[in-house]
Amino acid sequence: MKISRILKTIFLLDFLSGLILAIKEFFKSKKTINYPFEKGKISPRFRGEHALRRYPNGEERCIACKLCEAVCPAQAITIESTEREDGSRKTTRYDIDMMKCIYCGLCEESCPVDAIVQGPNFEFSTETREELYYNKERLLDNGDRWENVLAANIKADKPYR
Amino acid sequence: MLDYINIIFLETYKILFLLIPVLVAVAMIVWLDRRVWAFVQKRRGPNVVGPFGLLQSLADALKYLFKEIIIPSTSNKVIFILAPIITMTLALISWAVIPISDTYVLADINVGILYLFAVSSLGVYGIIMGGWASNSKYPFLGAIRSAAQMVSYEVSIGVIIINVLLCVGSLNLSDIVIAQKKIWFVIPLFPMFVIFFISALAETNRPPFDLPEAEAELVAGYQTEYSGMMYAMFWLGEYANILLMCAMGSILFLGGWLSPINIYPFTIIPGAIWLIFKILFLFILFALVKAIVPRYRYDQLMRLGWKIFLPLSLTWVVFTSSYLIYFDKLPNI
Repeated sequence: MKISRILKTIFLLDFLSGLILAIKEFFKSKKTINYPFEKGKISPRFRGEHALRRYPNGEERCIACKLCEAVCPAQAITIESTEREDGSRKTTRYDIDMMKCIYCGLCEESCPVDAIVQGPNFEFSTETREELYYNKERLLDNGDRWENVLAANIKADKPYR
Repeated sequence: MLDYINIIFLETYKILFLLIPVLVAVAMIVWLDRRVWAFVQKRRGPNVVGPFGLLQSLADALKYLFKEIIIPSTSNKVIFILAPIITMTLALISWAVIPISDTYVLADINVGILYLFAVSSLGVYGIIMGGWASNSKYPFLGAIRSAAQMVSYEVSIGVIIINVLLCVGSLNLSDIVIAQKKIWFVIPLFPMFVIFFISALAETNRPPFDLPEAEAELVAGYQTEYSGMMYAMFWLGEYANILLMCAMGSILFLGGWLSPINIYPFTIIPGAIWLIFKILFLFILFALVKAIVPRYRYDQLMRLGWKIFLPLSLTWVVFTSSYLIYFDKLPNI
């Protein structure tokens, strides 16, 4: 061993420099956030909780083309449809099993009318499994609740689609 | 008869007056430890429960209290239950001889340091019993490691204490503090203080010597099979031991309840506050070390204990005693 190395070991110089570094870091600003009180920025493309959107006149967008059902790799979506009196095709049932869902975003991309979207909400944990079987009412309700954010996100992401 | 009851009540009152602050301090120190660790890593640490998260430990304790205690069917039940109780008790009874200030000490016995040393040596029993009674491989390996580690570092701590005792000439902890009125022992015995600090880290199974509970290899060491309040008692005992080691370090080397400079504005602060400051200083060092040093390998740990610290502290005993005799500075006994 070199003499300098031995001296370093005896006088714990490596340890002391580490200690000084630790004390310096101690007073620097924190890199983490106060999570439940402040939240990190989320991209407009964020794939969170699903929502079914409506047109501004209140008519639901979904035309029951079942592209999302077909493309879903986890087969989490179940759709049943019927023809209405005015000749338009609408869903009678639109279920998403949120526990099967892998949040890949393919449903959102396949949708020709921007009906099914994945919003910015990621805090929808529940205490029972049953609460995570989303039906059409739940999804439409989500859409109504988040419509402002969803529309803004779609608009922001438009140039890149 | 009435006198007898009176004495019992008085003593109980005195014990509670010491133990409750110690237990509260342990809870606060757990919080401080996590907080310092987080700050060094630029995290925030526990800061939600109470002001600055101060009540986090209480919330944790409450959680542990409501958890189920699981006793493995293959375990030796009596010893399994006894182990955390012994750890906790041994960590707390040693506080009896710690002089909090010049007037307040629970048991001012004349072999205080010997008592302290004996009790902290017994601390290893709790861990061995816990590891053995769990009847499972990880706790067993953790207990073996911890037994070997604590025994080897106790030897060097013992020799370091001899160094201090040579300068004092008394085993009474209050006398040790009073002997440092002129100069704290940390200055003439500085290398011993460093070795004491490192040995204290090993003795209390703190990082970088936390091999008994090395989570990468041994899950949680001797605590693996414990749950609920029993785990919390191990945890409390461990931190009470750390606090005790800090108190021991400040009494042996940092002048206990003495103020750093013996002039007016410093002497007005009560001795207990100075002792608390010194304990806190040592504890923050403990916490910083946890944040910056990687874990030792087991053979390195043993080599450090037996081949470096023990010869070094023994040489220092010879050195100190020769110095004292040559300059005729032996304390009057």
